[in-house]
Amino acid sequence: MIARSSTLSAPWLLAGPGALFFFGLVLLPLALTVILSFHAYDHSTGIQNTFTLSHYVTVVTDSYYLEIFWRTLRIAALTTLICAAIGVPEAYILSRMRDPWRSVFLLVIIGPLLVSVVVRTFGWSMLLGSQGLVNQALQLVGFAPARILYTETAIVIALVHVMLPFMVIPVWTALQKLDPMVEAAAWTLGASHFTALRRVVMPQVTLGMLSGSLIVFGLSASAFAVPALLGGRRLKMAATLVYDEYLHELNWPLGAAIAIIVLVANLCIMLAYNRMVEARARRTLG
Amino acid sequence: MQKNGPVALIFHSLVLTFVLAPLVIICLVAFTPENTLSLPTTGLSLRWFKAVFAHPDFMASFWNSIWLATLSATLAVAFAVPAALAISRYTFPGRDFLNALFLSPLIIPHLVLGVAFLRMFALLGATGSFAWLVATHIIVVTPYMLRLVLAALSGLDRSAEQAARTLGAGEWTAFRRITAPMILPGITGGWLLAFINSFDELTMSIFVTSPATVTLPVRMYMYATESIDPMMAAVSALMIAITAAAMLVLDRVFGLDRILVGQR
Repeated sequence: MIARSSTLSAPWLLAGPGALFFFGLVLLPLALTVILSFHAYDHSTGIQNTFTLSHYVTVVTDSYYLEIFWRTLRIAALTTLICAAIGVPEAYILSRMRDPWRSVFLLVIIGPLLVSVVVRTFGWSMLLGSQGLVNQALQLVGFAPARILYTETAIVIALVHVMLPFMVIPVWTALQKLDPMVEAAAWTLGASHFTALRRVVMPQVTLGMLSGSLIVFGLSASAFAVPALLGGRRLKMAATLVYDEYLHELNWPLGAAIAIIVLVANLCIMLAYNRMVEARARRTLG
Repeated sequence: MQKNGPVALIFHSLVLTFVLAPLVIICLVAFTPENTLSLPTTGLSLRWFKAVFAHPDFMASFWNSIWLATLSATLAVAFAVPAALAISRYTFPGRDFLNALFLSPLIIPHLVLGVAFLRMFALLGATGSFAWLVATHIIVVTPYMLRLVLAALSGLDRSAEQAARTLGAGEWTAFRRITAPMILPGITGGWLLAFINSFDELTMSIFVTSPATVTLPVRMYMYATESIDPMMAAVSALMIAITAAAMLVLDRVFGLDRILVGQR
C-alpha cells in the first residue's frame, strides 16, 4: 500500500515544481492574453473593463489587416516551397557523401541555426542593399541595378536562409532510415536512375519533407526579425503588426487578438502534423 | 554507395554559397577601416571592434545576455532533470499532459509568448525586472534541455543503478553517484543548447526587456533600425565567433549533428 502511494506521488514530487512554474508562466499568461483580446479599447482612456468581439471582427473584415494576413500566408507559402526545392535535393546529396565531408557539410548547412537571426538578417541587408554585392554582381553581368531591399523578395530570400535547416534536418533523418542498397537493388533490377529516385527514394523523403514544410511554414508565418529589418515600415507581416499594435499604437487588446489568431493557426498546423505522423506510423506498423 | 554527379556538386556548392554568404560578408565588413558598410579595400582594421568594446550600451547588453543565458540554462537543469526522470521512469495519470506542457514553448510562437508575458507582468506590476526576464528565458530553453535529458535517460542501461540499490544505496545516492554521471553528456549538451538559444533570443525578449535589461540581440535590433554603420557588423562578427566556439564545444561533448537533428 505504501509502495503504491509512493509510486503515485514520486513523479509529481519530481515534476511538480516545474509543472507549477510552467502552469504559471505558460498557461496563465496565455489565458490572460485571450481575456485581454476581448477587452474593449478606447484610444484616449485605454483598456476598458467591458467585453467585446470587435477586435476579432476588425481583424477579419478590415482590408488593412486582411492584406497583411494575406501577405504573411503568401510569403510563408513561398518560403516553404523554395525551402523544399533546395532542402530536399541538398539533403539527398549530403546523404550520398562520404565521411568526413558528409558531417562537415551537414554542420555547415545546419550550423547557422545557432547564429542569431538578427545577425543573419543583417548580413542579408548588406548583400541585398542598393550598393550590395548582389546588385554589384547584377551590374557586372549587364543588368540594371534592382531594388531588392524592403521588398517581399528580400523577406523571402532571408526567410529561406533562416528556415533551410528546418527542412534539411527532417529529410536527412528520413534518408538515414533508407538503406542505400535498396536503391542499388532497383538499378540492378533494371530501373533507371530517375525511376529508382521516384519509386524508392521519394516515398521515404515525402514524410520528412511534409514535416519540414509544416515547421518552416509555421515559423515563417510568425517570423519577426526578418520582416522587421528587411521589410521596412510598409511591408508588415503578422508578427511585425502585433509588435506595432503593442509598442507603437498601444492598442494591446487588438494586438492580443492578432497574436491569438497566429497562435491558433500555428497550433492547427502542429495538430495536423501530429495526425499525419500518427497515421503514417499506424500504416507502417500495419 | 553512389557518388554525386557534377550537377549535384554544382547544386551543392551553390547551396553552400547561399548559406555562408551573409555570414562571410559580415566577417569581412567588420574589418573595414572605412566609415560606411563596405568591403575592406584599403586595408584591414580593428577600429570597429574597438568601438564595440568602448560602447557602454553594447557592453552592458553583452554582459546582461551572458548572465541571462547562464542563469536560465542553469536553472532549466533544475526543472528539466527531475521532470525527465518523472516522465521517463513512471507511468502516472497526467504524464502525457506534463510532457506536452513542458514541450509547449517549442510550438507556441515566441511572439505570442512575448505578448502573453507582457500582459501578465503588466498586471503584476513586474515589467522590466531582470528576475522575471530570467523566468521567461527558463520557459523558452527548458524544452531543449528536457529533450536531451530524456534522450540520455532512454538510452541508459539501468543495471548499474539497480546494483547500487541492491547494495544498499538510497535513491538519492544512486542518482547522484550512478545515474547523474551517466546522463551528464545529455545535461551538458542541453545546457549549451539552452545557453545559445537564450543568448540569441530576440522575438520574445523584445516585449519583456526594459531599458535596464536590454539583451544583446534586442540592442542589435534597435541599433539596426536606427543607424547602420560597421559597428553592427563588428558586433555580429563577435556573435558569430561566440556561436562558433559554443558549437565546437557542443560538437566535442555530444556531437552537434546528433543534438540538432534530434531537436525537432
